[in-house]
Amino acid sequence: MSFDDWMLALHVLSAFAWVAGVVVFWILIAAVRRVDTAAEMIRMQPVVRVGNAAVGIGMGGTIALGLWLAFSVGGYNIWDGWIIAALVLWVISAPLGQRTGAAYMEGANKARELQTAGQTDPSAELLALNRTSKGVVFQFLWTVVVLLILIDMIWKPGA
Amino acid sequence: MSIVALLRADSLDFPLFLHVLGAMILVGGLVAGAGALGFGRGDVRFLRLGYWSLLAVSLPGWVLMRVAGGWIYSKEGWDDLPAGASKPGWLDAGMLIADFGGLILLVALVAGGAGVYRLRRGGGTRLLEVTLVLALALLAAYIVAVWAMAAKPS
Repeated sequence: MSFDDWMLALHVLSAFAWVAGVVVFWILIAAVRRVDTAAEMIRMQPVVRVGNAAVGIGMGGTIALGLWLAFSVGGYNIWDGWIIAALVLWVISAPLGQRTGAAYMEGANKARELQTAGQTDPSAELLALNRTSKGVVFQFLWTVVVLLILIDMIWKPGA
Repeated sequence: MSIVALLRADSLDFPLFLHVLGAMILVGGLVAGAGALGFGRGDVRFLRLGYWSLLAVSLPGWVLMRVAGGWIYSKEGWDDLPAGASKPGWLDAGMLIADFGGLILLVALVAGGAGVYRLRRGGGTRLLEVTLVLALALLAAYIVAVWAMAAKPS
């Protein structure tokens, strides 16, 4: 196995980590829609951290190793249309992921506030924050962009 | 490897997309399932979330990955090799892990289903702990499978 084969394998594994993170957040978004107490919300945070780690490793790995492969593998060039498209989509995906996170952080922050105040009862305000439609829209757009990157990587238009 | 990638037939792109997407959904469901089961600490709602992540996300992901993988296998002619020809090791390894992993996933789901049923009746979480261990083992196995499929070491 060559060094480039290793880089490619790690690039693909990074892509898996990234999409796994997106899937984790979809599951959490579905679950959080029924959460109206601070304790339950706070209990979810370790899984949120797992999702964040998967996305961080995935996004970092795909871009770093992808750039390496674009320069190193014969037959591909950094100015190939499908590689430029992937880079543009990667850049677009970053703020979308961030905005999804920010939308759901409002609920997490509210839960911490409620916990600090010693309020353990169900909170309608927390439930409303957890049912944010803005967050769902950003998550949907983020998912579409990630899927477009996957499609671009497999079809390699123009390669 | 790079040459093989460059020469891959266009007709394989769609089944490959479905195969990879299914595998990614499978892995995502395993990460969420293992995370929720691992961090559940006896919370019934959280443990059920872990189980349902495996049932409603990982299982459909596995089916999509396996069906699309079979489609590629057939399109590439691996099921109709001439006498004396052998399949590459990475393909055998990937298929073995996928199929055996599917079996383990089913065992994890049966154990988890029984565990959720027991939880509803006030029972312990031992069966869901078994599901967690199996989910983590599957995650490790599928990481190896992804590496084998991507790097094609033989």
